[in-house]
Amino acid sequence: MSSEVKYARRLDLKNGRVDMSHGGGGRAMLQLISELFARPLGNEYLAQGDDGACLPAAQGRLVVSTDSHVVSPLFFPGGDIGSLAVHGTVNDVAVMGATPLYLTAGFILEEGFPLADLARIAVSMARAAQEAGVKLVAGDTKVVEQGKGDGVFITTTGIGILPEGLHLSGNQARPGDVVLLSGSLGDHGVAIMSQRENLSFASAILSDSAALNGLTSAMLASGAVLRVMRDPTRGGLAATLNEIAQQSGVGIHLEEAAIPVKPEVEAACELLGLDPLNIANEGKLIAICAAEDAEKLLAAMRAHPQGAQAAIIGRVVEDASAFVQMKTRFGGRRMVDWLSGEQLPRIC
Amino acid sequence: MKFIDEFRDGNVAQGIARAIAAAVSPARRYNFMEFCGGHTHAIARYGLPDLLPSEVRMIHGPGCPVCVLPIGRIDLAIKLALEDGVILCTYADTVRVPASGGLSLLRAKARGGDIRMVYAVSDALKVARDHPDREVVFFAIGFETTTPPTAVAILQAASEGLKNFSVLCCHVLTPAAIMNILDSPAVAEPGAVPLDGFVGPAHVSTVIGSRPYEGFAAQFHKPVVIAGFEPLDMMQAILMLVRQVNEGRAEVENEFSRAVTREGNVKAQKLVAEVFELRPSFEWRGLGEVPNSALRIRECYGEYDAERRYTLEYVKVEDNKACECGAILRGVKRPTDCKIFGTVCTPENPMGSCMVSSEGACAAHYTYGRYKDAAVAISSHAP
Repeated sequence: MSSEVKYARRLDLKNGRVDMSHGGGGRAMLQLISELFARPLGNEYLAQGDDGACLPAAQGRLVVSTDSHVVSPLFFPGGDIGSLAVHGTVNDVAVMGATPLYLTAGFILEEGFPLADLARIAVSMARAAQEAGVKLVAGDTKVVEQGKGDGVFITTTGIGILPEGLHLSGNQARPGDVVLLSGSLGDHGVAIMSQRENLSFASAILSDSAALNGLTSAMLASGAVLRVMRDPTRGGLAATLNEIAQQSGVGIHLEEAAIPVKPEVEAACELLGLDPLNIANEGKLIAICAAEDAEKLLAAMRAHPQGAQAAIIGRVVEDASAFVQMKTRFGGRRMVDWLSGEQLPRIC
Repeated sequence: MKFIDEFRDGNVAQGIARAIAAAVSPARRYNFMEFCGGHTHAIARYGLPDLLPSEVRMIHGPGCPVCVLPIGRIDLAIKLALEDGVILCTYADTVRVPASGGLSLLRAKARGGDIRMVYAVSDALKVARDHPDREVVFFAIGFETTTPPTAVAILQAASEGLKNFSVLCCHVLTPAAIMNILDSPAVAEPGAVPLDGFVGPAHVSTVIGSRPYEGFAAQFHKPVVIAGFEPLDMMQAILMLVRQVNEGRAEVENEFSRAVTREGNVKAQKLVAEVFELRPSFEWRGLGEVPNSALRIRECYGEYDAERRYTLEYVKVEDNKACECGAILRGVKRPTDCKIFGTVCTPENPMGSCMVSSEGACAAHYTYGRYKDAAVAISSHAP
C-alpha cells in the first residue's frame, strides 16, 4: 500500500455500503483497504503490503494476546467497537507487565454496512492506537451476506515486549497480599446497556474504555513488587478475583465500602437487578502486591490520571476452598461468586 | 439513589441487631419464613444472618416466581417457540430453567426458536406491533406484582385491535401458597418445622394490601410483618416478629408502611379482576397442585389466551427424584440437606427449582453463603 493506486471513482464514504465485492479479493477490496483503512491506520509496517508484516526482533520476551469484539451497539457513549478493539487487546498485553507495540486486526463485515460507519470505526481505531503508542501492522477483511453478521466484528491481536525478570501471573497471589483497584466499577457495562433498544433509560454514563499501558508502566516504575495485574472485563471484578483465587489457591476478602462505584452506575444496577461486581469494565485493572508495597503502589496509581480513584479493596488470605468473600457495607459477610450464565450478552 | 443508602446503613443495622439480641429469649427459638425471593436475595446479599443472634433462623419460602414454575409450563413455552413458530417474549430469568428433554428456553433459542428477552410486557406488545406478520406470545410469570401490567397489556391489545398478540398466563397468588405451606402435613406435625412467623412480601403487598394476610394470621396464629426489600426493612421486621412472638401476638403488622396500605392498590386489583379469574388448581414446582393459587385469562379475553389459541395441553413432568426442592420450599429442609446441592445441582446446571433463579433458596445460599459450609466442614474435621 506504499503507492496508493488511483481508482476511477473514489469510495463513496457518505452513502456507500459494504458489498460482497469488498471481500472478494479483487480491486474493490483493495480500494476499501487502501482508502478506508490504510489512510488513518497506515504506518511503515502496514505499507510493506506483503502477506505478513516483517517486524524487528526485540529484546526480552514476547507477550501475545487476542480478543474478538462483537459489542452491540457498535457506537456507545464513551467509545465504539474500533477504540474498544484496540483498548481490549492493548490492556491484555499491558497487564502482563509488557509494553504493547503492535496490533493486527481482522474485520468481518456484513454486506450492507454503511461505509461511513466503517470509516468512523477505522478513524477511531487509529486514534486509540496512536494514544496507546501501538501500530497496526497487519489486517484482514472478509464480507458475509446480509443477515449473517451484525454490521462489523473485529478481532485484534496484540504483541508486546516483556522485560526479563518480570513475571506477573494469576498464580502469584500469596496470603497477606493486598488487592488494589484502579477506579470505579461497572461504567462500561452500564453505558452499553443504557443504549440497548430495550433498556433505553436515560443515562449519562460513559464507558471507561481506555488503554491502560500508561498506568501499568507507572505502576511498574514505582518499584513496588507486583504479583498480579488483570483487567476485569467480562464477568467483572467477581470473575477476575475468582480466577486469581483459584489459580493461586488462596482466598480473597473484600471490603465493600472500599470499592468505588459511581452513584449513577449503582442506581442503574439497582433498577436492573445487577451487581456492579459482575459488570464488565474496559479501562480498569486490579493489582495484587505484597502488603509492604501497597501504599507505594497506591500512590503511584493515584498519581496517574487513570488511577486517580484507585483504592485498596481487600487482601489475600489462606483458604483451601479459594473463595472470594466480602464484608458488606451493611455489616454482614457474603461470598462473591462467579456469575452464572450470561448476564449481558455482547458487552465487548 | 441517595434514598437507597439510608436503608442500607450499617450503623443503624448494628443498632437493630442489638435490639433483636436483647429481645430474644435464650430459652426459645424463632423460626421465621421470608416468603419472597426478593427477601431471600437481600438476606444473602447483605449477609444478614451475621447480624442475627443464633436463636433466630430465617427459612426461605417459595416466593420466587421463576423457581415455582413447573417444568410442564416451560415445556409449553418451548413448544410455542419451536413447533408453533411464534416469537416468544419472556423475562430473562426464565430462560435457563431446565425443561423436558434437556431443553431450556435458552437451548430452544439455540435450536432456532425465536425467543426474545424483554424487561416488561410492554416490550412484548411493541414486538407484536413491529411484526404484524408474526404471532407473538408473552410468557407471563410472577406473583401479584407482575399481574397488573399483564392485565394492562391485554386490555391495550384489545383496544388497539392487535390480533397477533397473546399471553401464556402463569401468574400465581401469594396468600394461597402461604396457606398451603401452613396446611402441609410436614409443617403441621407437632415439632416438625415450627414456623413462628412470616416476613410478608414487599411489592406483592403494595398491590394486594395487608388485609389478605389477616385471615391466616388469625387461623394459624402466626404473626406476619410486611417488610420492604432493603436490608434495614428486614432487620426491623425481624425485631417486630420477635416482639410479637414474645408477647404471644399473631397480628399482621406493616413495616413497609411507606408503600403498603391495608387495602392495597385498588385500581390494579380491579384491572386484574377484569382480565383474570381464579384457576381451580395450578401446579407449583416444589409444592405440587395448589388449589385456587393461580390466575387464568377470562373467556371474554380468550383470543389473547395462548392456551386457548394454540389449544395447549398441560402435561405434568416429575422433578429429579433426588431433588429436595419441595421440602426446602416448605422450610422443612435446608439447601445443604439436599444430596445434590452444589454437586449435581449448581446455578450453571440447575436440577431443582430452588437453584434456578438468584432468588431461589439454594441459588442464594450457593452464590452468597456456601463459604459457611466450608467453614463448618473444616471445623468439624478439626481434632
